[in-house]
Amino acid sequence: MPDLEDLYREIILDHYRSPRNRGELESPPAHRVEGFNPLCGDEVVVSLLVEGDRLADIKISGTGCSISQSSASLMSAAVKGKSLAEVERLMRTFKAMMSIHEATLADDGSGDGSGDETSGGVDVDPDEVSLENLGELAALQGVVKFPVRIKCATLSWNTMAQALAETRADTH
Amino acid sequence: MSEEQDFDVEVIRKDFPLLARTVHDRPIVYLDSAASSQMPRQVLSAMDRYYETTHANVHRGVYAIAEEATRLYEAARVKVGRFLHAPDPGHEIIFTKNATEAINLVAHAWGRQNLGPGDVVVLTEMEHHANIVPWLMLAQERSVELRYIPVDGQGRLDLSDLDRLLAGARLVGVSAMSNVLGTINPVARVAEAAHREGAVVMVDGAQAVPHLPVDVTTLGADFLAFSAHKAQGPTGLGVLWGRAEMLDGMPPFLGGGGMILDVRLDRFLAAEVPHRFEAGTPPIAEAVGLAAAVDYLSGLGMDRVRAHEKDLTAYALDALADRLAGDCTVFGPPAGDDRGGVLSLAYRDIHAHDLAQVLDQFGVCVRPGHHCAKPLMRKLGVPATARASLALYNDRHDVDVLIEGLEEAGRLFA
Repeated sequence: MPDLEDLYREIILDHYRSPRNRGELESPPAHRVEGFNPLCGDEVVVSLLVEGDRLADIKISGTGCSISQSSASLMSAAVKGKSLAEVERLMRTFKAMMSIHEATLADDGSGDGSGDETSGGVDVDPDEVSLENLGELAALQGVVKFPVRIKCATLSWNTMAQALAETRADTH
Repeated sequence: MSEEQDFDVEVIRKDFPLLARTVHDRPIVYLDSAASSQMPRQVLSAMDRYYETTHANVHRGVYAIAEEATRLYEAARVKVGRFLHAPDPGHEIIFTKNATEAINLVAHAWGRQNLGPGDVVVLTEMEHHANIVPWLMLAQERSVELRYIPVDGQGRLDLSDLDRLLAGARLVGVSAMSNVLGTINPVARVAEAAHREGAVVMVDGAQAVPHLPVDVTTLGADFLAFSAHKAQGPTGLGVLWGRAEMLDGMPPFLGGGGMILDVRLDRFLAAEVPHRFEAGTPPIAEAVGLAAAVDYLSGLGMDRVRAHEKDLTAYALDALADRLAGDCTVFGPPAGDDRGGVLSLAYRDIHAHDLAQVLDQFGVCVRPGHHCAKPLMRKLGVPATARASLALYNDRHDVDVLIEGLEEAGRLFA
């Protein structure tokens, strides 16, 4: 089953079984935000600590499917200790990787069951989705072949983005 | 298919074109009829025939096809009424958009006329959001008190405190069959107790009507709602049955064309029932399709549909318990007279979304999520379940493939 293996790569299953940076940070000083996916009941809690222009620490809690929980774990490992500029860059790159498929959804209603459509004609800067920039996060690229699961993968990222925005608003 | 023939599921399957397709190179195993059922060729061709030969707006033109369309639409009303054993089928059936709109119609038209501050509406903890949210909206708007009949550990209604809960109730809303637990509720018993209190009984029949013989008079209901698309009919059409005395006393729901006797610049006179509740051009082809679906179901016999699904449910519950070595929890009562073919599963600690994703690779269609019953999911203590729901066209092979897929999910997430 090549498709499923594309989705459930070993790195993803590993992060699902042994999530990194699990827990919550004391808030304050950390900032804590809850994210929900109302469709499936997935829940991710991101708490993060910004020191100067660095994301000094991040912890994840919540419950959900393997994709939402492993994506949160992969994200925490990728951003922890990074400069805020680097975190922003990763957020943009990850979002670009996930949005490749969304633009093709509208043309996707043929229902012929082939399920093997390729994406294309999307206005995304190819450098932005350079997988080398993503490291382990690239393991989530298989998710774009399963459009309804994209929301699972992006839940933690959107929650972190909200937490960062609120932190920035607090400090200005 | 004649009444005399045995219920042969392999023959029945051939009536459903969609069941012949493949998904990911495997024959489709459709186990999501509680969300929406598939249509037999008889329904599809009735709707095609209507559009190809008879389509016109109803209750307006005097030309031949307008009269034919009107006759077909009204004949569908009577046919659906008879299917539910309505005492006055041509008068008591209202066509709506879906079961949700049918319940909203009652909440708006009857509710706004009859409910005020402190009045009590009693629901059950296993209601679909469609039979909770319209009443919550009314409760917020005019301080109506909501109470809930609890669900016990086996997924049945706990009626031990029923009389106290019903004290002072004006309306009782109860599902005839749970869309999560498969529980077939003792509606007649609840209705009898409700009527002793002088309460009106609103039955959500969305899951029961396609799977059980339903007789609104023996249920003791005042209103019953269901959706065509869960009963081998098309989407876009719901049905509200209401007792004639109830409907006759109710003000309109939506306003517009078709629901009036007269309109002046400063007032209007509402039409008689049932047209009073059908503003605008109705779903005509869909009503024709539902009439064909009712013919199809009646031809099979609802008692035999139920017998088939009851047998298959027992097979599925046994097989899931035996072959998955106790790793699979199916919520709801054990197989029996009060258990319908809705199987909400938890398998090991694998999230419902992941189960459904793996099952999809086997061509198996199940629904992951909260099934529009979040209060019940909280009670069960799970964020989501994977729901496999059975219908008249499912067979033991479908259940076997479901188990094969669950085993693969178990290996993948081991």
